[in-house]
Amino acid sequence: MKTSRFWAWLVFVVGAAYFFIPLIATFEFSLRMRRGVYSFDAYRVVLGDARFQETFAYSVTVAVFTILLGVFLVVPTAYWIRLRMPQLRPIVEFITLLPLVIPAIVIVFGYIRMYGSNSPLPFLGSARGTDALLVIGYATLALPYMYRAVDTGLRTIDVRTLTEAAQILGAGWTTIIARVILPNVLIAVLSGAFLTFAIVIGEFTLASLLNRPAFGPYLQNIGANRAYEPAALAVIAFAITWGCMSVIQILARFAPKSANRPN
Amino acid sequence: MTQASISDTAIASRSAPPDARSGFRLPTHWLGVAPFFIFALMFLILPTLYLVVGAFQNDQGQYTLDNIRQLFIDKSIRDAYWVSIKISFWSATVGAFIGLAMAIAIVRGGLPAWVRSSTMTFSGVASNFAGVPLAFAFLATLGRLGLVTVLLRGIGIDIYALGFNVLTSWGLIIVYLFFQIPLMIVIITPAIDGLKREWGEAAATLGATTWQYWRMVVIPVLWPSFLGTVILLFANSFGAIATAYAFTGSSLNIVPIKLYAQIRGDVLHNPHLGYALAFGMIVVTGLANIFYIWFRTRSERWLK
Repeated sequence: MKTSRFWAWLVFVVGAAYFFIPLIATFEFSLRMRRGVYSFDAYRVVLGDARFQETFAYSVTVAVFTILLGVFLVVPTAYWIRLRMPQLRPIVEFITLLPLVIPAIVIVFGYIRMYGSNSPLPFLGSARGTDALLVIGYATLALPYMYRAVDTGLRTIDVRTLTEAAQILGAGWTTIIARVILPNVLIAVLSGAFLTFAIVIGEFTLASLLNRPAFGPYLQNIGANRAYEPAALAVIAFAITWGCMSVIQILARFAPKSANRPN
Repeated sequence: MTQASISDTAIASRSAPPDARSGFRLPTHWLGVAPFFIFALMFLILPTLYLVVGAFQNDQGQYTLDNIRQLFIDKSIRDAYWVSIKISFWSATVGAFIGLAMAIAIVRGGLPAWVRSSTMTFSGVASNFAGVPLAFAFLATLGRLGLVTVLLRGIGIDIYALGFNVLTSWGLIIVYLFFQIPLMIVIITPAIDGLKREWGEAAATLGATTWQYWRMVVIPVLWPSFLGTVILLFANSFGAIATAYAFTGSSLNIVPIKLYAQIRGDVLHNPHLGYALAFGMIVVTGLANIFYIWFRTRSERWLK
């Protein structure tokens, strides 16, 4: 037993070293901008850069719209599948897993060919249209995570009873979904939302190929032209990812664990 | 009597009109899922099909297998697939074994509870920390001016003089491990939890040695989920581009970077060959996922 614990510690420490050394190195590197002393100059330069602020704000906006689109798309569908059309569940689940099978670069390649400026649906003909297509693309990429989060949330509530109760009280479908179902799965929706945010905020492939001024292409551009700022940006990006995952963990504590069915 | 019961069923089956009328209302049923299916069709399935069909056509719109054949003939494309598969394979298998070792260490190694919970939290973060910033982190670590490079030079080991370069496919494998290992830990830990303590006790009662317990119980039970996850890791790195692109620019010849250049400026001078390139990627990740699902269903029966 003692030897096994020794090996367990050894594996853990070596593994932890692999993960912590790059993080420490990145942080140390980001402080080296001023010659000879450690300083937060790189952070000051980055945060003060107008391009940083613009692209970051753009990506946050895109992320918010992506989350809204995802919620609009996934919540009613997952609800309806649970309530009325369970026979469609395998098909819908299969479709929501497709974005994990089809690489993002292939999906956006398809968009560029299908929605060009002289196609029947010229999304790429205008900047607004391209923004919309970017949001749509991100919603597609986030579909597997969003759907699974919402479906797990729906599993913990009694969809049928809630619906019938709401119908007896005279609620229409919009009211049921927006004011009965959504509040009950809000925690699940929020964890899906934060995961979506973490994925979208620094995404490079779609934004770059659709030529949008997003945070991901900005990061790449800084990386190709600067020395110390990329390290500072990497630290910031790691902090954002960490923040999103922490929020999801905290939310998970508030989520109901099992179905509160009346029996 | 028999007669009556037959006519009864006949009447019963004929009294169907209300059902038939409700059959007319069926389409409204579908309205609830229509937005989802229209969205999936327009922004997921049709764009992909467009490329797949294009891969089998030539400039005149006639059907042909030339583009697919070209994938195998063209040396630079063949090399790109080969390098991509190599990087994905090694980052998946190395990541899987290290991830498995760490997962066993935190679940079964008798380490304090905080080790497990903090490893799981960190794995959740690190498995999502990919893309451009990850490349920056490793350039700051193992690049020519990176901390580790400088420290090693300080003690007399110049890794770059020894032929190491982080901007190669081996460098990229080291970088990819940063999200591959955590992903393995996140997925395999529940499977290790599923190894019931009773099995170990039963094996010990029957006189099995530790080695026999591992060889005849643990490995056969973990094998399907392990292999399934390896394949998932493979697909995960096969389609990734941002890290590689930020890392080496377009100098590294892997499929996603080649496709990126093709989308940007038709570097292959044949749009349909570009479609075939994309089709090839779908085939590789698609096959990987089919195997993943297959192994997953095989492993699930132990995890109840």
